[in-house]
Amino acid sequence: MAVTTIAGAEVQVDDEGFMTEYDEWNEDIAKALAANIGIDLGETHWQVIKFLREDYKEQGETPMLRRVSNVGGVSTKELFQLFPKKPAKKMSYIAGVPKPQGCV
Amino acid sequence: MTTAQDAPSVVPDFGDEETDRRICFIASKGTLDMVYPSLVMANAALGEGIETHIFFTFWGMDIITKKHMDDLQFTWMGNTAMHPPGKKMHMPQGLAGLPGMTALATKMMKKQIADLDVPEVPEFLQMIADAGGHLWACKMSVDMMGLTKEDMIDEVEDIITATDFIELSDGAQVIFT
Repeated sequence: MAVTTIAGAEVQVDDEGFMTEYDEWNEDIAKALAANIGIDLGETHWQVIKFLREDYKEQGETPMLRRVSNVGGVSTKELFQLFPKKPAKKMSYIAGVPKPQGCV
Repeated sequence: MTTAQDAPSVVPDFGDEETDRRICFIASKGTLDMVYPSLVMANAALGEGIETHIFFTFWGMDIITKKHMDDLQFTWMGNTAMHPPGKKMHMPQGLAGLPGMTALATKMMKKQIADLDVPEVPEFLQMIADAGGHLWACKMSVDMMGLTKEDMIDEVEDIITATDFIELSDGAQVIFT
């Protein structure tokens, strides 16, 4: 656990660099985190990120890809295009929520 | 707790540099409990950015055959490990053979799978295909069962021979299920 500065704000992150405090997140931080991993956030990225944050708040856990697709309304194909290779980890990193814990 | 001064910004390693890791699953069974291992692991591998193939053969062909894919069954016949979820109690083998027992066991297992928010086979295959997974049908099984490409879901890329699969899986990790 460490404190680091992202987009001018001090935030707590875990050993891998994932934010650990839900309420420390803001959109500028998301842009900076996305830039860190080479993603330029477009409209659909934001739709996914906002869904992840709302769903995490309601359900208490990060949704898996299937839920992001079925409930969040962005298809699996699109998710792999928007967040290449490791969509589940990348989108949760940018959204400031923990990595998803499920198997599917 | 360290301070902002001594902790440089850490960026997770998403392994974006090209990886040559490839995984090929051989799905050879068509019982409900035995189709999930390859589907779950293939899906997980794709989510990690790994090139993933599934080669369907023998009873595993039912997983990609339109007529059967939504009607796979589970029985505990021959499975002495079977016990009701969470209970220390063995299900008598003889019970498994009673009429209707396979349907009941299948229904129960499907419910448990659905409760975990894990999709049924047709949706799962679509997810895997959408995630970039490659699905292959076994030539010998197709011939044995009198199937054609039209009997299978469109996501199956091709019907290939055992030799084709050996070539395809050169250098890959191969997992038989």
